[in-house]
Amino acid sequence: MLKLPIYLDNNATTPLDPRVLEAMMPYLTDVFGNAASRNHPFGWAAEEAVDYSREQIAKLINCDPKEIIFTSGATESDNLGIKGVFEMYSQKGNHIITATTEHKAVLDTCKHIEKLGGKVTYLPVNEQGLISLEELEAAITPQTILVTIMYGNNETGTIQPIREIAKIAHSHGALFMTDGTQAVGKIPVDVIADGIDIMAFTAHKMYGPKGVGALYVRRKNPRVKVTAQMDGGGHERGMRSGTLNVPGIVGLGKACELAMQEMAADTARLSAMRDRLERELLTLEESYVNGSREHRLPHVTNISFKYVEGEGLMMGVKDLAVSSGSACTSASLEPSYVLKALGLSDDLAHSSLRFGLSRFTTDEQIDYAINHVKEAVTKLREMSPLWEMFKEGVDLSKIEWAEH
Amino acid sequence: MAYSDKVIDHYSNPRNVGTLDKSKKNVGTGLVGAPECGDVMRLQIEVDEATNTITDAKFKTFGCGSAIASSSLATEWLKGKTVDEALAIDNMEIVEELALPPVKIHCSVLAEDAIKSAISDYRVKNGLPALELSHH
Ligand SMILES: Cc1ncc(COP(=O)(O)O)c(C=O)c1O
Ligand code: FES
Repeated sequence: MLKLPIYLDNNATTPLDPRVLEAMMPYLTDVFGNAASRNHPFGWAAEEAVDYSREQIAKLINCDPKEIIFTSGATESDNLGIKGVFEMYSQKGNHIITATTEHKAVLDTCKHIEKLGGKVTYLPVNEQGLISLEELEAAITPQTILVTIMYGNNETGTIQPIREIAKIAHSHGALFMTDGTQAVGKIPVDVIADGIDIMAFTAHKMYGPKGVGALYVRRKNPRVKVTAQMDGGGHERGMRSGTLNVPGIVGLGKACELAMQEMAADTARLSAMRDRLERELLTLEESYVNGSREHRLPHVTNISFKYVEGEGLMMGVKDLAVSSGSACTSASLEPSYVLKALGLSDDLAHSSLRFGLSRFTTDEQIDYAINHVKEAVTKLREMSPLWEMFKEGVDLSKIEWAEH
Repeated sequence: MAYSDKVIDHYSNPRNVGTLDKSKKNVGTGLVGAPECGDVMRLQIEVDEATNTITDAKFKTFGCGSAIASSSLATEWLKGKTVDEALAIDNMEIVEELALPPVKIHCSVLAEDAIKSAISDYRVKNGLPALELSHH
């Protein structure tokens, strides 16, 4: 029997892989030392575990283990990367370039930078969710110290042209940072080949535990530094103080090791499953994929169903744990700013569903999801006056709706 | 968001979904809301002119579960009522019956508006002045 509801919200968070938990267990129990304790074996064992995790992470993203700064997650990493560069490079300039579809951890940090007197350019995206390289280049000024563009989008899965963006940033003497949260562990991310100087990511999007992440900070060509945003004991080469979350860090390392081993197989399986889900749901009339289908994470699809209302739709797909176009910051009925940035109207943004598959998603679950969504959309459309009008050929934009 | 059992019941088994022939003189149609606001409700009544009684009511709603439930409930209540009795339906009765939380009160307001708008349409078709529709 299928267990309901089915979890298809893996862009929000993934379940912990049992193998990750197993690796973490000793560090939650017997091996409890503080990795900064230099005087006894308890500390040494913890430090050894932390260093091993650095190696596991470094292998996955092709960096040096010393280039990993552990944090509490991607939000902190985004803050540290952006604010840290803004402070460290204030002599050089005060301009940062980002995009309108970034995660709030980046956007709100940039808003904060503006309050501090910095200048920020928010690049628009096209209907595919991609920024324009020409617009990026045109936005760069001699004051530009940082270009920060996410790797893969959390709502649509759209992958930006990272290498080209890095080249443009570097050719103008700016650093390139990326929020790799949704990409690391899912697709090959190589900080050398990609030209990444700083990268934020987190364990809980790749089958690791919550509350632990990292910031990759390049140490050579060029040597990058970020000003610490928390004062304290000077851990992590002075860039991030605070006693290390050893079990979490061990979990992040293990998650990276597993990702490395299983990425190819996971990608093949999940993209086939995702494509099947998408193909089936697109057999519903007036349904549209949001974002680029060509440049996209393998396990994600975001689909809008016209003429059904978002909240009603969520209620109709109660057997699925998915996100709607009111996404991440939930609780508000605001349509997703990411989908709006792609040019979607409020109603299409509201009536979208985001499916994020995981290593643990089964074909049986996808079969169920397909039928469940088809039933809900069909039923809601039978109940929708807009659908009836559309079917009768009424041009809805020509109707004078009572203002409300 | 947790929905009340009654909302879930109306959402899962909506009563009186459908369309009446709006070309008929004794059918009144109310279409309220707007797609950009996330809710559009169409409510129709068929009136027995001799007794001024509503003999049939149908709805179609594009909206959240509470809006669907409010309009479904409204059609149930309308059948058998006289037009004057129907006019007296207050949105707060819907709120109470469906146990709608404060953020969902506007869904019931929409249902009340739809009732009044359908009655007004019926009146106009039958040579009576339109109702003053208060827009909440
Ligand atoms: C793209 C992106 N950046 C940052 C975050 C925040 O990550 P964390 O929950 O580890 O702070 C998320 C997760 O919601 C995300 O999807
Ligand atoms: S119709 Fe707007 S929330 Fe119910």
